Amino acid sequence: MNYFHLPLEEWTNRFVNEWLIPVLGGFFDSISNIVGTFISWVTNLLLFLPAELMALILIFLAWRYAGVGIAVFTFIGSLFLGSVELWDAAMQTLAIVIVATLFSIVIGIPIGIWSAKSPIVNSIVRPILDFMQTLPSFVYLIPAILLFGLGGVPAVISTFVFATPPAVRMTTLGIKQVPTDVVEAARAFGSTYWQMLTKVQLPMAIPTIMAGINQTIMLALSMAVIASMIGAPGLGSVVLAGISRVNVGLGLTGGLGIVVLAIVLDRITQGIGEKTK
Amino acid sequence: MENKIEVKNLTKIFGSNPKEGLKRLKEGQSKEKILDETGLTVGVNQASFKIEEGEFFVIMGLSGSGKSTLIRLINRLIEPTAGEILIDGQNITTMNKTELMNTRRKKLGMVFQKFALFPHRTVTTNVEYGLEIQDVPKEDRNKRALKSIVDVGLKGYEDSYPDELSGGMQQRVGLARALANDTDILLMDEAFSALDPLIRKEMQDELLTLQSKLGKTIIFITHDLDEALKLGDRIAIMKNGHIVQIGTPEEILENPANQYVSSFVEDVDRSKVLVASNIMKKPDVITTWKEGARAAIKKMEDAGLSSIFVVDKQKNLKGLLTIDDAIKAYKNNSWVEDVLIHDYHTTSPDTPLNDLIQIATETKYPIAVVEDEKLKGIIVRVSILSGLTFGKVKEEVTD
Repeated sequence: MNYFHLPLEEWTNRFVNEWLIPVLGGFFDSISNIVGTFISWVTNLLLFLPAELMALILIFLAWRYAGVGIAVFTFIGSLFLGSVELWDAAMQTLAIVIVATLFSIVIGIPIGIWSAKSPIVNSIVRPILDFMQTLPSFVYLIPAILLFGLGGVPAVISTFVFATPPAVRMTTLGIKQVPTDVVEAARAFGSTYWQMLTKVQLPMAIPTIMAGINQTIMLALSMAVIASMIGAPGLGSVVLAGISRVNVGLGLTGGLGIVVLAIVLDRITQGIGEKTK
Repeated sequence: MENKIEVKNLTKIFGSNPKEGLKRLKEGQSKEKILDETGLTVGVNQASFKIEEGEFFVIMGLSGSGKSTLIRLINRLIEPTAGEILIDGQNITTMNKTELMNTRRKKLGMVFQKFALFPHRTVTTNVEYGLEIQDVPKEDRNKRALKSIVDVGLKGYEDSYPDELSGGMQQRVGLARALANDTDILLMDEAFSALDPLIRKEMQDELLTLQSKLGKTIIFITHDLDEALKLGDRIAIMKNGHIVQIGTPEEILENPANQYVSSFVEDVDRSKVLVASNIMKKPDVITTWKEGARAAIKKMEDAGLSSIFVVDKQKNLKGLLTIDDAIKAYKNNSWVEDVLIHDYHTTSPDTPLNDLIQIATETKYPIAVVEDEKLKGIIVRVSILSGLTFGKVKEEVTD
């Protein structure tokens, strides 16, 4: 099949090194600063709160939205995280998840709305989302390092890229699922574009959008762990240390910490989603 | 009376090159031929009609006849390809977005086949929707919403959500939502088709009551001839996007414009099976001439009639007394016998309904059903129509 040589690798490297970084480097630096500041705020806030208070907040949310069972699980999970000295690592991971998810929501939902309303936008956005979701997540890590250096910022950026598609897709789906006769009724009564969106389409799409946000959070958590390879602090780096030292115990401890965090986050956000139905 | 709505040559062609289809329609080509040769679908083909203020106008046709497209053209939920729609003399087809929005808000209410309620809103906030988007203050819109909720008989359900209500109740919410805006015109797209027969009949009756109270101009879409006959002041029958006939229920039953209409009418033609005795009312509001003018006037007043049949002791029919004549007789202190009129129609109990339609459209008095000169029953115009519509015996007639 080798009919002609396609130097994609050289082209990409030349593009990145000779154009992207020299020309847009300043732009990426300012993004890096903003995201970095944001991460340190959230991390500092989560670590500033006493672990007991933070645990109580999580237990309360779990009880409120997911029932007594999950509240008990959250209590035991918090005790576990504290007892294996992973509380701080868990909060660092949570901070990356929170920041990345916020970016995903703030950027993903408007794009989702736009592509629900415009077939042209939809036909452009869909292949990009496919690309974002199917490209192996490790592949984003390389440009993320080049453009944003090591640490929390490239972790959040690559997590954002990986976790945004469900927020966009489920928003589009939620709005398209609003029955046509209901949309027709809103039009027949003389709604403006904005009234239609805020009073009819978005409220009716909220359960679907919430399911999308839940997916986004789960993907963000899994990517935040992988991003430890580019220096993201948190539970992922504990597992990574376990791998590099072939330390089974450390790997299992970090791994269980991730499971605890994942279950608590999943059940709470799912519960919030169901309450909106 | 003033024309509330006037539609002139309204046409809708679906497809990528509607102009070509329009040209072919004007040349008189058929819908099938245009579809075959150009792939264009003719939704509505040069429909024209006028609707008076306060009129109940029914558009009837089978599925695919273009009736739902037609009603959506009137408030431009679907953009017309050609033609004009004048509402209170204003051409809605040339309006810009804002004018159209205001016309929809102020003049055109709409009720949908599958209710199309907002599931995330309560009954009250559903009904308030049209006012809310016009920024009517909360208290005011609440008051107006409550009034329409009471009008449609849903008091007590203000805070329920649509999925907690039965189909009939949901459609009442749909109706209240359209009424709350206080528009002159109501567009009703198969509004009762999704309801079961009993609820449907109830809703039809209530709609007629509401209509007589509120005097709305109603355009009502249905695929059901019985419903059309019952509700419509006039009926337009559609086929293949074309209006085949427009007329009063009597005109359509009596003179179907073509084979298509008559095949419809035949389907429900109770006029051939029903006879006069099936639909006549018991003659319980009659008077003997011995009772005098005063008693006759009292009886007419109680029953809400403008004329009354007069019989003798053996129930032999003697004549008809109108209220005007009765009052004259009472004032002049003259005999009832002297002011009786005899130019009413009589019929035998076994006359087919078919033969009575013509008489009923001409006469202004009830028809007397007579056997051996005795008065057996009375037929009023409305019983012929309802007999045709429901084929039911309204009241058991006993001697």
